[in-house]
Amino acid sequence: MTLLDKLVQLLVAVAVFAAVLGVVLLVAGRGKGRRAEQVAGIAFAAPAILLLIVGLLYPAARTAVQSLLDARSAGFVGLDNYIRIFTQPDLLIVLRNTVLWVVVTPILATATGLVYAVLVDRTRFESFAKALIFLPMAISFVGASIIWKFVYEYRPNQQNIQQTGLVNQFLVWLGFEPVNLILQQPWNNLLLIVVMIWIQAGFAMTVLSAAIKAIPSDVVEAAGLDGVGGVRLFWYITLPSIRPAVVVVVTAISIAVLKVFDIVRTMTGGQFGTSVVANEFYVQSFRLSDLGMGSALAMLLFLLVVPIVVYNVRQMRKANAR
Amino acid sequence: MPAVPSRRPTRAAGLASGVLALTLAVAACGGSNVAGGGPTGPAPECGAYAQYGDLNGTTVTVYTSIITPEDQPHIDSYKSFEQCTGAKIVYEGSKEFEAQLPVRVQAGSPPDIAFVPQPGLLSTLVRQTGAVKPAPAGVAANVDQYYPETFKSAGSVDGTLYAAPLGANVKSFVWYSPKAFQAKGYTVPTTWAEMTTLSDRIVAEGGKPWCAGIASGEATGWPLTDWLEDVMLRENGPQVYDQWVTHAIPFNGPQVSAALDRVGSVLKNPAYVNGGLGDPSSIATTTFQDAGLPILDETCYLHRQANFYAANWPEGTDISENGDVYAFELPPINPATPQTILVGAEFVAAFSDRPEVQAFQSYLSSPEWANEKAKAGTALGQSGWVSANTGLDPANLASPIDRLTAEILQDEGNTFRFDGSDLMPGAVGSATFWRGMTDWITGTSTADALTFIEQSWPAGQ
Amino acid sequence: MTLLDTRDDATPDIVTAATTRPATARNRLSSRWASLAAVVIAVLWTIPTFGLFLSSFRPERDVQRTGWWTFFAHPAITFDNYAEVLFGGSQPLIGYVANSVLITLPSVAIPIVLATLAAYGFAWTTFPLRDTLFVAIFALQIVPLQVALLPLLEIFVGSGLNNTFWTVWIAHSTFALPLAIFLLHNAMREVPAELVEAARVDGAGHVRIFTTIMLPLLKPAIAAFAVFQFLWVWNDLLVALVFAGGTSDVAPLTVRVAELAGTRGADWHLLAAGAFVSIVVPLLVFLGLQRYFVRGLLAGSVKG
Repeated sequence: MTLLDKLVQLLVAVAVFAAVLGVVLLVAGRGKGRRAEQVAGIAFAAPAILLLIVGLLYPAARTAVQSLLDARSAGFVGLDNYIRIFTQPDLLIVLRNTVLWVVVTPILATATGLVYAVLVDRTRFESFAKALIFLPMAISFVGASIIWKFVYEYRPNQQNIQQTGLVNQFLVWLGFEPVNLILQQPWNNLLLIVVMIWIQAGFAMTVLSAAIKAIPSDVVEAAGLDGVGGVRLFWYITLPSIRPAVVVVVTAISIAVLKVFDIVRTMTGGQFGTSVVANEFYVQSFRLSDLGMGSALAMLLFLLVVPIVVYNVRQMRKANAR
Repeated sequence: MPAVPSRRPTRAAGLASGVLALTLAVAACGGSNVAGGGPTGPAPECGAYAQYGDLNGTTVTVYTSIITPEDQPHIDSYKSFEQCTGAKIVYEGSKEFEAQLPVRVQAGSPPDIAFVPQPGLLSTLVRQTGAVKPAPAGVAANVDQYYPETFKSAGSVDGTLYAAPLGANVKSFVWYSPKAFQAKGYTVPTTWAEMTTLSDRIVAEGGKPWCAGIASGEATGWPLTDWLEDVMLRENGPQVYDQWVTHAIPFNGPQVSAALDRVGSVLKNPAYVNGGLGDPSSIATTTFQDAGLPILDETCYLHRQANFYAANWPEGTDISENGDVYAFELPPINPATPQTILVGAEFVAAFSDRPEVQAFQSYLSSPEWANEKAKAGTALGQSGWVSANTGLDPANLASPIDRLTAEILQDEGNTFRFDGSDLMPGAVGSATFWRGMTDWITGTSTADALTFIEQSWPAGQ
Repeated sequence: MTLLDTRDDATPDIVTAATTRPATARNRLSSRWASLAAVVIAVLWTIPTFGLFLSSFRPERDVQRTGWWTFFAHPAITFDNYAEVLFGGSQPLIGYVANSVLITLPSVAIPIVLATLAAYGFAWTTFPLRDTLFVAIFALQIVPLQVALLPLLEIFVGSGLNNTFWTVWIAHSTFALPLAIFLLHNAMREVPAELVEAARVDGAGHVRIFTTIMLPLLKPAIAAFAVFQFLWVWNDLLVALVFAGGTSDVAPLTVRVAELAGTRGADWHLLAAGAFVSIVVPLLVFLGLQRYFVRGLLAGSVKG
């Protein structure tokens, strides 16, 4: 395809959606009265609903069905695919890693973001300091993985060979042997998790910083008059006040973490015991063309997300009720 | 097999055309009926293409995993066919070929022809989709006449020939530096014992004999499967190898353990590896493309890798019998077993039986194409491509290593066996075998690694 | 679900921050040690990116043999890495940059158009099953996109759209719709009802209310979502891998850079430059539209 062909495709797309917009507004703009009111409402909502049905609802339903079928979607195998996930040793490692990701990443990312938000709150360089932590949010997982390759890279301890990875250079400066970090199972999972924390801490910091600033100042001042300050202020006043925001952040990061496959794929390709469910989904579906297994893994992701979201919604209801 | 990015430019491009090519050209002169030779290129001799008939106005789509720069000689090699028959060949290469092809097939919009890089994928496509067309008579005749039996059976599923091999490679090679060997007084080993003696001598002189690397993105581990297959053949002979590949003997049986332990005696030996790259576990994180390069710095001396590794040497490296680098056959272990060459190939699968598709398929399996392709590669200065077609004239290949490869493939005294991981079910050959070998090199015991792979073997296959 | 109050945070303006009122009881933590801790975190967070940035300008040999920190002892700068990845070789990145732009623009515009329309429908009109449908759309947010990939791909292949930009556009648009509708719906509900009533009394129909009242008032919300969606699409690998495949015809930067990381693991100088090319656009967008981005992010924290 030449650039011109691509631009033509782009123009056609613009034209198609301009046409959709035009039709909607035309239909919605006709007539008055109850009947016309309903027609207008449907006209506004219809394009999005149609796209959602074709592009999300129907595919999700098919995946649910496919997860009960065999590799070529021909024979019904019941829960066999799910049973395999929970019995095969290598898939068990995948599950273990996924749990590790979901537990460690949200806690550490939120903790880092929170501490940092408190530390820089109302200081002279707050905006600049926040921007530094925030910047990784704009970087793709692929880009981030390459950035961290330059941190973890290993070179053997031989004459005339210098370290090119920052961590190993520090080890050598401190008099230790360099370590092939990415091979150290199961710790290498934490090295990949660090990349995700690095990306997500900025998000946690931003949301929590907003929440801290929303704490009524009279509460803080009253505490100050009572002589509560520093760490105690943080534990007894700040943290309880922003609890709903912390829940939002933790759950949001958990959900994001469940779906991450870019970091694992780019940094280790799922080797050395670092694969996670989202990566295994891609491998099974596309490299091994086992549609049943791939669908089962996708459904597993869905099932894991549901309780997190339910908890989140409940917490928010509670917060609103108060 | 991952395509190897070529980094080496033109060398020794102007070699004389071989006898076969000359005969062809002479024969073609007789009844040549030139169809629309373009103003730029010389008109091709069309005699050999008359058998394909007039295909004017037809189009054949080709989908492959071969991307730039290796795709150019392929596209160039179709020009004579296109000009003589009038058919148009549309070539599309993609890195995501292996993921995309099954999807396209299942969705009912397959390409006319796909170059399938592994027989395992071919049999999956045949059995799961039923969309692959059996090879037409022209292809079958060419395969019978020009290809060793190993390649024919690798292109067949359940006794039916579906695909002829396209390119082929010889995997049983050890790369070394002739210059370094000369300077140090080493000789090329002809038995495994000699190779061990040589390795020990290098250790005694303060060097590390071997270097290796298996990192290859999500395919990490595949070079080790080749290692194990090569040693299986030499340790236990081709019959046991066949039983192993078809799962007639368990993957964690004693013969396999013995072979893997022998691989371990080289690759897990900290005195032997990993020259210039670290301890044995660094094999897991060294990319296969880089793994042989320490030979040039003489921080290592031996590197087992297929002929296509020729494309990975830096610009200006002299790859020849007395040059900077060259390769010898991995020597035999057991004198009782015949020396067997481990080979690999990609295959031409067709999803349509339209006449123009079958004609193009037949052309790709013919010696004419193999020579056209060899010449096109030579013209572009690329090396690392060889066909197993015995009609290929080695003289059309520019590089000495390519000629050596072709000669090994054409030597009727050789026994061949196809890359076992490519023949095994995908769930093993493209997944747990790789992963098991990667775990093994990073510390898992031989027994545990092999049992892990054994347990993943799909029931009933 | 309430959206957090976002108005007073992360003001990009350093001057404002500098003039905030002096220390109160809130920052008792900011002792010397607290400042030190903050500086340590900031440095840890910045160094990796800085290392990549520096590496991308170092000559090939230096990158291969030494760490970027040795640059300060032996400074040497080259633009060759960028020249090579952007324009050199058979698959220059510049083509993928174009693909990324071509993928991103409609993938941001289409869901905005559709979601704004739908949000208006749900917020200010009545039709049968309106509330049920809205809840259903909200619930769709928690469907991981993996769940929809395979069947969607079959639909695309079956309809002959495969290997065009359409697949990626439609996929991204669909996956973005639930969140976009939810956010814009909430923003529309915040528009005072009196404003809408007054317009109705003046004889305005839905179309006029939509175009003359809602759209101008919704600009910040739309911008917030646009920035959020822009970064999501630009940085995406999964959707691009599945739908655009690896062909240079339609594959975006992320696919190519991930491929470089896999197959050219050794060409660190190219990898560094390539990675930096891929992150420079979102960084610029982020720095320029930080305020909107923060709002989009806060709102997007409910994305499933």
